[in-house]
Amino acid sequence: MRILGLALGVMFWAAQGAWAVEIDIEDHRRYEGTGERVLRIISTTDLNVFDPYVTAFQRRHPEFGIDYTVVSSSELHRAIRAGAEFDLAMSSAMDLQFQLANDGFSRPYRSAATEALPDWARWRDLIFAFTTEPAVVVINSIRFEGLGLPATRQELIAVLRDNPDRFSGAVGTYDIRESGLGYLFATQEDRSSDAYWRLNEVMGRLQPRLYCCSSQMIDDVAQGRLAVAYNVLGSYADERLAEDQSGRMQILRMEDFSNVMLRTVILPATAQRIEAAGAMIDMLTGFGLRDQPGDWPLPALSHSGPQETSGFGPIRLGPGLMAYLDPLNRRAFLSEWENAMEQP
Amino acid sequence: MIETRSIGKRLTLLLAGVAALLSVLSWGMVTGLAREGAQRTQDNVLAASATTIAETLRSEQGEVRLELPYAAFAMLGAISEDRVFYRVTAGEDTLTGYDDLPAASPGRPGQVVFDIAEYRGVAIRMASIARLVLAGEGPVLVTVTVGQTRDGAGAIAGELSWLAAILAVAFFLVAVALSALVARTSLRPLNEIAAAMSRRGPSDLRPLLRPAPADLAPLLSALNRLMDRLRQSIRRSEDFIAEAAHRVRTPLATVRAQAEIALRTAKDDTEKERLRRIIRAVDESSRSAGQLLDHATVAYRTEDLAHDPLDLADLAARTVAAMEPTASMRDILLKLDAEPARIAGDAILIENAMRNVLDNAIKYSPEDTTVSLRISSAGDEARLTVRDQGPGLGDEPFEALTERFRRGQNTDSIVGSGLGLTIAADVLRAHGGRLELTGDRNGSGGACVSLVLPLA
Repeated sequence: MRILGLALGVMFWAAQGAWAVEIDIEDHRRYEGTGERVLRIISTTDLNVFDPYVTAFQRRHPEFGIDYTVVSSSELHRAIRAGAEFDLAMSSAMDLQFQLANDGFSRPYRSAATEALPDWARWRDLIFAFTTEPAVVVINSIRFEGLGLPATRQELIAVLRDNPDRFSGAVGTYDIRESGLGYLFATQEDRSSDAYWRLNEVMGRLQPRLYCCSSQMIDDVAQGRLAVAYNVLGSYADERLAEDQSGRMQILRMEDFSNVMLRTVILPATAQRIEAAGAMIDMLTGFGLRDQPGDWPLPALSHSGPQETSGFGPIRLGPGLMAYLDPLNRRAFLSEWENAMEQP
Repeated sequence: MIETRSIGKRLTLLLAGVAALLSVLSWGMVTGLAREGAQRTQDNVLAASATTIAETLRSEQGEVRLELPYAAFAMLGAISEDRVFYRVTAGEDTLTGYDDLPAASPGRPGQVVFDIAEYRGVAIRMASIARLVLAGEGPVLVTVTVGQTRDGAGAIAGELSWLAAILAVAFFLVAVALSALVARTSLRPLNEIAAAMSRRGPSDLRPLLRPAPADLAPLLSALNRLMDRLRQSIRRSEDFIAEAAHRVRTPLATVRAQAEIALRTAKDDTEKERLRRIIRAVDESSRSAGQLLDHATVAYRTEDLAHDPLDLADLAARTVAAMEPTASMRDILLKLDAEPARIAGDAILIENAMRNVLDNAIKYSPEDTTVSLRISSAGDEARLTVRDQGPGLGDEPFEALTERFRRGQNTDSIVGSGLGLTIAADVLRAHGGRLELTGDRNGSGGACVSLVLPLA
């Protein structure tokens, strides 16, 4: 269980690298295989979420060991850009992943499995999506007692605005300066919904708590430290909800608009175990196209839930994602966000 | 004859060559146009993107400010999955973007300039637009460059080129098939003339009167002139033979008459024998001359055959009457068993044929035998059968016996020219009939010659 602001702070040197890249890692595990060869994966997906996939992969290819490193999406982006040696890079920050592919830090891969992906789930044989995950609002139902549950941003704004005492210090959202995924959700919402900035204004007045990661926000909601967590990864929330015994946690899907993120995987240009990495991509995209939800922690591409009815598809995997990554745009966006969030 | 390549094949090859050339040309042109079109599409999008970004340029507190609109990037992903690079420079400084992106050739402010460069190991297409922004002391030239890899344009052009190649090949194949057809069609008149020529009988030298394309008219008239000359030449030689035969026959008759008188007055047996031999030789010469004359007559008359209504029985009776003296000299009985049979033809020719057949029969019959003639009709044919009791026709093929100057193998002791059956066969063929030889091979039954003619 990780706590806000506490990174493991372990300095990790990419093994066997011609040049070592310092990476601020959050979690790491090595799964031994029967052979010498090791598939090195750098990922933003939490270990406990990805563990079943590793198991499934090793059942198919027991000869491969798997070296799994969890980092933040911006750290992943930085590491791959710096030339850290990994065989696969998986991230929820589509924009950063896209930029890596666009800038030539990933190598093309093509197989029957990737060919089967719909057009919106891959780009140039360089980047492949294997999940569609909506952003949701998670609330603690006890803290909402006596109030109607908001179904749209307008209603959420109204609830927060009308009950400042109840929600002061109990609203959580991504610190988009730190979290790549948070920044992606924020910029996409800015593009799609005019309610976003008003919501930020309202949250800013309530001394919001800012987080790096979905799981910590969800934990805090479950334990009652937070009443509302805004823009949380739906897949993590679902998983956590299934474990939650108290029944105090509740997931709200905004009906006016909902961001749907694609979890993507790329084959970094520095990859060595191309074959094994390809097999992993095939397996993940295969799961992504499964018809039955099954017992997997991450949703399939085709099972993005009720969000499909909202009229918005997943965030488009294309050069548009690069617009917000531009330093000028980012600086402008962050300063606007800070102005809204950090009110005296 | 030295056979060079056929006109049909040559024509087909030539047309196919032209078609191949046109196919390749059209493929090349379509490919060029496709490349151009795809490039223009990409250029338009790049220009729109650069312009959209340039429109956000402004000056704030003496500094150049801009934002990169989402749409400016999103539109680049709309037509292809190409990698995108961009750079905004103010004077020498890079404001944002990929600062190692090659600088585009500068254009006038407001004008979009396109360029091709190599960046990060791939070829890219770039659109640049420059704008003057008032910042600080004076105007700063700000250049917005948007670049994109060219895979999408290449893929579209490649796809179209591939399609064009398939079409070109299809066009070529159709053209080849049509070329073969055209070649065959245009050669048809020639082939028809050749077929008409080869269908003709061996002695048919009439001019070829059939419609022919203008190109073939010289050939046709040359052919006709040749045939005309050939016919005249044959006619002249036939005339010559007839004239010669005629000239020979009259003195021969005189010689024979004189020899007969001499024979009657001769006392000496040796002398008589000698005279008889003379008479026999004269007879034979006279016969040969007669047959040559007959042959010439047949050749002449069959050219423009008469179709008079005739009764085969009459003709047979007349011929028998004419041959009676010759037959009786050797105590040969001519027996005619006739029934009326209407035919159409040239009486002189048919009599000629009969005389020759009968003459043969009498000649090859032993003394004191019978030559029987029988007329019968069966179906649409009339048949005159002449049967003798001579040695038969030997064992040569019957067809060979009707060849000119060909004589049977069992005719050593008997003089003859070998023209008899040829004349008969020619006459019958000219009338649409035929000569049938059905004699007994071993000689006991004699020869049997049938003149078959179509009934009128």
